[in-house]
Amino acid sequence: MISIKKLHKSYQMGSNSLHVLKGINFEVEEGELVAIMGSSGSGKSTLLNILGMLDNADEGEYILDQVPIENLDETKAANYRNKFLGFVFQSFNLINYKTALENVSLPLYYQGVKRKERQEVALDYLDRVGLKPWANHLPSELSGGQKQRVAIARAMASKPKVLLADEPTGALDTKTSYEVMELIQKINEEGKTILVVTHEPDIAHMCKRIVMLKDGVIVEDKKVKQVIASADVQ
Amino acid sequence: MNSLKIIFDRDTWQEIFGSISKNKTRTIITVIGVLWGIFIYITLSGAAKGLDNGFERAFKNIAKNSMGFWAQRTSIPYDGFKVGRRPIMKLEDVKYLKDRVGGIQYISPTNSLGAFGGTAPTIKRKNFSESYPLYGIYPVYNKITSKKVFDGGRFINDQDILEERKICVIGERTATELYEKDENPIGTFVQINSVYFRVVGVHKFNQGGFESEGDVFIPFSTFNKIFNKADRIDFMFLAAYDKEDPVAIEEEILTTLKRLKRVAPEDERAFGTFNIGEAFGRIMGFANGMTFLSIVVGIATILAGVIGIGNILLISVKERTKELGVRRALGATPGEVRSQIILESVFLTTIAGIIGIILASFILAGINAATINLEDFPYTNPTVPISFVLGALVIMVSLGSLIGLIPAQRAVSIKPIDALREE
Repeated sequence: MISIKKLHKSYQMGSNSLHVLKGINFEVEEGELVAIMGSSGSGKSTLLNILGMLDNADEGEYILDQVPIENLDETKAANYRNKFLGFVFQSFNLINYKTALENVSLPLYYQGVKRKERQEVALDYLDRVGLKPWANHLPSELSGGQKQRVAIARAMASKPKVLLADEPTGALDTKTSYEVMELIQKINEEGKTILVVTHEPDIAHMCKRIVMLKDGVIVEDKKVKQVIASADVQ
Repeated sequence: MNSLKIIFDRDTWQEIFGSISKNKTRTIITVIGVLWGIFIYITLSGAAKGLDNGFERAFKNIAKNSMGFWAQRTSIPYDGFKVGRRPIMKLEDVKYLKDRVGGIQYISPTNSLGAFGGTAPTIKRKNFSESYPLYGIYPVYNKITSKKVFDGGRFINDQDILEERKICVIGERTATELYEKDENPIGTFVQINSVYFRVVGVHKFNQGGFESEGDVFIPFSTFNKIFNKADRIDFMFLAAYDKEDPVAIEEEILTTLKRLKRVAPEDERAFGTFNIGEAFGRIMGFANGMTFLSIVVGIATILAGVIGIGNILLISVKERTKELGVRRALGATPGEVRSQIILESVFLTTIAGIIGIILASFILAGINAATINLEDFPYTNPTVPISFVLGALVIMVSLGSLIGLIPAQRAVSIKPIDALREE
């Protein structure tokens, strides 16, 4: 599903150049649930941003679902993001003047889906994350966990190939974190490829594979026995 | 992306409503800027048009290209004549002038007592007598300064001239002063300097021009006979064709008259003139200046308002950096983000403009209601041509989109990753 070869990225910080990713090689199969771990500054967010086409690599090869991702201009990147990727952010990033339903239907709007169909699909996804009764609530009326579930529904609504989650539980308490992870696991069980960036080991162990980053290189890449999140909650 | 699709898509508008209704106070303050601009523009140009119409009305009964000539005394010796001679204009000169000056449409020889000089004759009926200005005129006079003759009456006609009839058309005031309220003057007789004249019409007084509401008109031929003027003319009253330049026609006639009467060409005093066309042109020039000024001021004010909108949108784009970043992460292309910002700008300007136009229309209607009965005030029917209104709307929409380009460009110049990082 994802194939990365010799990925390099550096940032210009004044006169110094900061080499963040130093040749990453990385493959993800369809249906995997991968945790990307590392301390801050290890390059894990940069990697996710490049995977999410929010940032461009300096060199290296990136193939997503057999499509080579190269020579991106903003419009092309936007279309790829819309077609291939779903994002979940640490700070939820819901649009605060839109209801849960409107937030979920937003990516479909940019896909050009008709209004009625969009609302049906969005409501269906809200239902799947258990928030159908909150469809017409504004984000300010929802709890943190509910917001993140709306964000996951929004990421899923466009039927992406890959779901990218950047510290999805970073702003949540443990109980809510596990609820969110339970949802992520459920989506993964349905066959979705998911990448989760986290620095919390317990969250990482709820994934099927852990990739450790340190100073811009992969230091460890291992399959783990998945901890089922719902079991921890009870 | 098809831009028409964006404009007619209900969702586009929902996006726009969503983002502008989020900040109601700011939206209202922004809108007031443009609203005020268009309001000033429409009110000013409507007022200018009202002034314009008012001047038109003041001149409506007198041919706009009309002018008059009369003989004075020469001031330069010429062709063997001494200074101080009074050229004498005669009836045959009328034809001479008309033949030589092509721009003359109507020309009426006119003699008068009590209007430009001489003693106004006494007009007597039963035991009432009073002095009124008396004019001896040709029927064509009515074409130069048109008179409304009240029901049942008529104006002087060619047959009256030919037969030197002793008939007269009296003024509105004359009629009220000489007759009882329910009396019909038509067909009755009045004495003008002891000569009986039959009244054939009562003319309504016209605003503008030099006449008064007491003027009495009789046929030119009758006048000259009674006052022993043979074929002499004191005064020529004429109208040039509308397309002619009144100043040039006046010059041409003066030159012709001077040559005919053997007056030095450079003699400025031999003939007196008045030129309504010239005065009218000056006044209309003033009115046009007012219109122009109102357009300039209005557009400048609109411009200031639109710049205000641009400024506000720029701030709002800054505040919405994160939101726009999220939208782009979800797949909004730079083009879509840009058109949303521009449409917001256009929408705000247009709404503000329409409200401004409506408010200004109320003000103009109010002014109209307040001045509608003021006969002396040169202000009538303050309207704004629809082309001005449409023009203003077009200006607003184009300025709105132009000014929207700046924040729109700003919005897409931030990379989505930087936008998302913003807290």
